[in-house]
Amino acid sequence: MRIELEKRPKISTLFSILSPFIALILTIIAGAIMFMLLGKNPLDALYSFFVEPLLEVWSLHELAIKAAPLILIAVGLSVCYRSNNWNIGAEGQFIMGAIAGSILPVVFYEWHSPLVLPLMLLMGMLGGALYAGIPAFLKAHLNTNEILTSLMLVYVAQLFLDWLVRGPWRNPDGMNFPETRTFAAEAILPELLSSGRTHWGFVFAILAAILVWFMMRYTLKGLEISVLGQSERAGRFAGFSSRKMIWFSMMLSGACAGLAGIAEVSGAIQQLRPVISPGYGFTAIIVAFLGRLNPLGIIAAGLVLALTYLGGEAAQLSIGVSEKVTRVFQGLLLFFVLSCDTLIHYKIRVIWSKLGGTAVDGGH
Amino acid sequence: MSIVEAILLTIITASTPLVLAALGELVTERSGVLNLGVEGMMIMGAVCAFAATQMSGSPYIGILAGIASGALFSLLFGFLTLTLVANQVATGLALTILGLGVSGMIGEGFVGMSGIKLQPIAIPLLSDLPYIGSLLFRQDIIFYLSIALVVGVNWFLFKSRAGLRLRSVGDSHASAHALGINVIRTRYLAVMFGGACAGLAGAQLSLVYTPQWVENMSAGRGWIALALVVFASWRPWRLVAGGYLFGAVSISQLHAQAFGIGIPSQVLSALPYLATVVVLILISHNRRTTLINTPASLGKPFVPDR
Repeated sequence: MRIELEKRPKISTLFSILSPFIALILTIIAGAIMFMLLGKNPLDALYSFFVEPLLEVWSLHELAIKAAPLILIAVGLSVCYRSNNWNIGAEGQFIMGAIAGSILPVVFYEWHSPLVLPLMLLMGMLGGALYAGIPAFLKAHLNTNEILTSLMLVYVAQLFLDWLVRGPWRNPDGMNFPETRTFAAEAILPELLSSGRTHWGFVFAILAAILVWFMMRYTLKGLEISVLGQSERAGRFAGFSSRKMIWFSMMLSGACAGLAGIAEVSGAIQQLRPVISPGYGFTAIIVAFLGRLNPLGIIAAGLVLALTYLGGEAAQLSIGVSEKVTRVFQGLLLFFVLSCDTLIHYKIRVIWSKLGGTAVDGGH
Repeated sequence: MSIVEAILLTIITASTPLVLAALGELVTERSGVLNLGVEGMMIMGAVCAFAATQMSGSPYIGILAGIASGALFSLLFGFLTLTLVANQVATGLALTILGLGVSGMIGEGFVGMSGIKLQPIAIPLLSDLPYIGSLLFRQDIIFYLSIALVVGVNWFLFKSRAGLRLRSVGDSHASAHALGINVIRTRYLAVMFGGACAGLAGAQLSLVYTPQWVENMSAGRGWIALALVVFASWRPWRLVAGGYLFGAVSISQLHAQAFGIGIPSQVLSALPYLATVVVLILISHNRRTTLINTPASLGKPFVPDR
């Protein structure tokens, strides 16, 4: 058996729309097989994984809480990836945003003012943007590979947070637990609805998605991003600077990740702990690709990936499979998304018989 | 055994997985493929090696399982990037994410079990040499393999015909294709070699370095291995130097703690990652030398025309 690709004369619009859905279906099929191998009834398992979390109001709120950081980070990443800048350190920028935003409620906890919350959010964005500025500077001016540097800085950020909450920022009245003091009321991002815990982070995520969608579609900046991403040379001829684009895209995605970080801490956790993210920064990479790097697609994709987090917890409770299934699902999904994207640019032909190929070779 | 010897021994143990994983990736990248999934293949190797050792009772079966799982796992990457020409950066990330997830699931039943440590093999006569005898010739088989592989890969790449073909595929896949070299097959083999080496590196972690299974126990070593390839400018012997330098940095935190130096442990733990960044800066700030050394087709997809 052989697989041959034939370049389509034009990008297939049909498959551009269909490919994420095909990927989802394939992931679910693969998931069913996996549950079968684990000795569970696949239908029960899929039901508790993908449907159960959608049936109750509180868990819909949890869905929004988990989707918010995923969407916000992925929207920023989409700009990076479209312009061919591979920021994979969003997890670190998320953490640094959370830390920078927490300076006010942890260090200056005695300062009470309605300005606290807006300042926290701004500082969170700034923290994330500056942290992303490190790989941006290194790439733009010292020619250093941003994939590796941004990833290395994730580990550094995690260790820095660990040191802060065990050392200088540890709650003096906290019985030696590695936590900061809990935030005062005016430092907490308010809930959106009276029915549950969803906070304003979700609104930020949707707003960011719409703003970036608008920028990509209707502004010169959007054109600049796609032109430079497709061909740096073409971009240079058009007078665009790839160096400035590195700075712009990395700082923008850093700011988004930082905002996600401080929103998560202020809205959902309300203090700093050694671990504040179940890998949102990495999962957001999957969200960005499942959403086909389109901010509006990313909103839907963020909800799907948030569901895999909830589904993992639900499946653990109701049918006793490990919640580690979540990571497997997320990885499989990204694989299928990437393989289905091939359909957009190529026709895939599967050649079953070996004879055709060997006959041609033999003719030489 | 003196303190110096003990420290050198731990450095060797910490460096071997870095050298192995980076060596595999070096061959993969020389063929023009950038596989960012080293971390994922490594952790799969670690968990499969540990599981196979526990079930069979023999760490040698474990080593084979580690190699096989790494190679098989890399095939997934190969299929996507070589057959379906998916984006190599994104697919490599997917491999890492999937590897961390699958290994967590496989390893769940093995958490907390005490493993079987791979025993050293003393080489007759040589192991009796003063100083270097106990350091270099009383080691486990994975260390010997790592050195043999470096020698072998160096010979293969620069002295053999097949190695020349592999390099030509990495430098210009279009020309290599025109010369009748099967680009896709060459790259599949290179990717699988990279996977096998990463799997072996993982086996070293769970059978020698810390003979047990801990989730995410590769702790970024796969990524450091990727940086090492750049550091070594795609040459095997420089890679050994870099690998041992990094091994020394990463082990220094343990020794610094033992000597009671008053630096927060987190700072010491961050050292290998910071060192990676610094080294990358030093190596790549000169745009011209980077361009000369990097395989010219690295990361670029290839679709044979017909």
